[in-house]
Amino acid sequence: MKCHHCDKQATVHLTQILNGQMHKMDLCETCAQAKGVTNPENLSISSLMDKVELEVDTGEATMVCESCGTTHQDFKKGGRLGCEACYHVFRPVLDPLLDGMHAGTKHLGKVPAGSASRIKFEKSVVNLRGELNEAVEKEDFEKAAKLRDQLRDLESKTNAKA
Amino acid sequence: MFHNILSHEGKGKKAPKAIPVTLSTRIRLARNLRQFPFPGRAEVSQKRAVLNQCIEALSGIKNLNDSISVEVDDLSELDRQILVEQHLISPELSQVEEGSGIVLSPDRSCCIMINEEDHLRIQVLRPGLDFSSVWKAVDAVDSGIESAINYAYDGDLGFLTACPTNLGTGMRASVMMHLPGLVMSKNMDKVINAVNQLGIAVRGLFGEGSDANGSIFQISNQQTLGESEGAIIDRLNSTLKSLVHQENNAREKLLQDDRTKLIDKMSRAIGILKTCHLMQSSEAMDLLSLVRLATDFGMLPDKFRGLADKMFIEIQPGHVQFSAGKSIEPSSRDELRADVLRNQFARTPSLDLDS
Repeated sequence: MKCHHCDKQATVHLTQILNGQMHKMDLCETCAQAKGVTNPENLSISSLMDKVELEVDTGEATMVCESCGTTHQDFKKGGRLGCEACYHVFRPVLDPLLDGMHAGTKHLGKVPAGSASRIKFEKSVVNLRGELNEAVEKEDFEKAAKLRDQLRDLESKTNAKA
Repeated sequence: MFHNILSHEGKGKKAPKAIPVTLSTRIRLARNLRQFPFPGRAEVSQKRAVLNQCIEALSGIKNLNDSISVEVDDLSELDRQILVEQHLISPELSQVEEGSGIVLSPDRSCCIMINEEDHLRIQVLRPGLDFSSVWKAVDAVDSGIESAINYAYDGDLGFLTACPTNLGTGMRASVMMHLPGLVMSKNMDKVINAVNQLGIAVRGLFGEGSDANGSIFQISNQQTLGESEGAIIDRLNSTLKSLVHQENNAREKLLQDDRTKLIDKMSRAIGILKTCHLMQSSEAMDLLSLVRLATDFGMLPDKFRGLADKMFIEIQPGHVQFSAGKSIEPSSRDELRADVLRNQFARTPSLDLDS
């Protein structure tokens, strides 16, 4: 079985009953993670499907930004998002919109100096964590200890700054 | 106190000479602070915190020394209307309740709106057509603020804004254009359709949903994501150049095909401005537009172009009300507007038809 979003082998299979209708979706591991399918209890299949495919209620109650309370319905009605976190929450419905709205979907303009260094830092933390997990899995504890120290170092530096 | 800055011409640099077709250039950047909900979702206390942080950050910027900062709350209805008429603040900001503010540079070329749709709307406005200097100025203010404040920014989506139509650069670059030739030759609809195809929007004098009074249009980029600021400005610039070209062609053609009719129109406009006793703003806009056109044809001395531009703003309802110094009825507003115009145009010469 193929993934709903790409052509890879689907390994995650979701079934949900919405308004008395059953909906099924098959996703590969990468897409499942990208869509935030980690906790089946909080998941709504409707939020993963494109509008066209789902005639029934699009599950407005299911997409809410926990940070500011903006719902998918709010966004659909007013066209405005409520906060920075909304851009993560509503990304699945936003991406197809951006495609038609703008010349491209990747920012090519000015990069703010302060934010650039913050992004670089966040990326290096993520990378280090990944390497650390890998080292632990491989039972390369010497390398893991080194990475852990590096990570601590990096994190304490930013804490001091903040 | 705010009235002082409103009634003054703005000190500092002398205004550049008004040029044909292009009235003014503006660039606006939308920015938000990290860790605060956007204004539409924020509590008053959060908006206040944002306002304070922004004003603090702005006070450290060199070019904004001696700026005036006020809370929108503290401004009268009339003050707000005047700022809207001068294109310094948006009609939206003039309607907001608590926790929004305005920072205005002494020469009034830079105006920052705080807690409008986004936390910050940084704009620089200059007469004539000059994207490079306007971009330099707005970019410097933006970087200055950013050195003190963390912006909501994403590596892929760029600057995060309340409305996804502003994502990416958060930049709206626009030019105010005077296009009577295209309007009179009934080509404006065609032009609007064509530039829309290029991702460029055409609006009336006061932005979204407003009329194109006096044949004045705002031309701006529609898209903000997927291109650099430079690329957006280049595209807009080349569209503007072609618009100027088309406008000039339309004017020449009118002058060739309908010379007497056109001269009659412009001449009558001067006659009415010199002798009127009641004048509504929409009629005034159209007459002033004809004065500007006659100046562009070389039929009136150059200074009348600048005068028309000044009057485009001063005949707006808020400005007329302000010049009265007291509250007046709409009917006496038309009388007062006519007085102002009669005065300003009293010594206008007849059209020089040999030019």
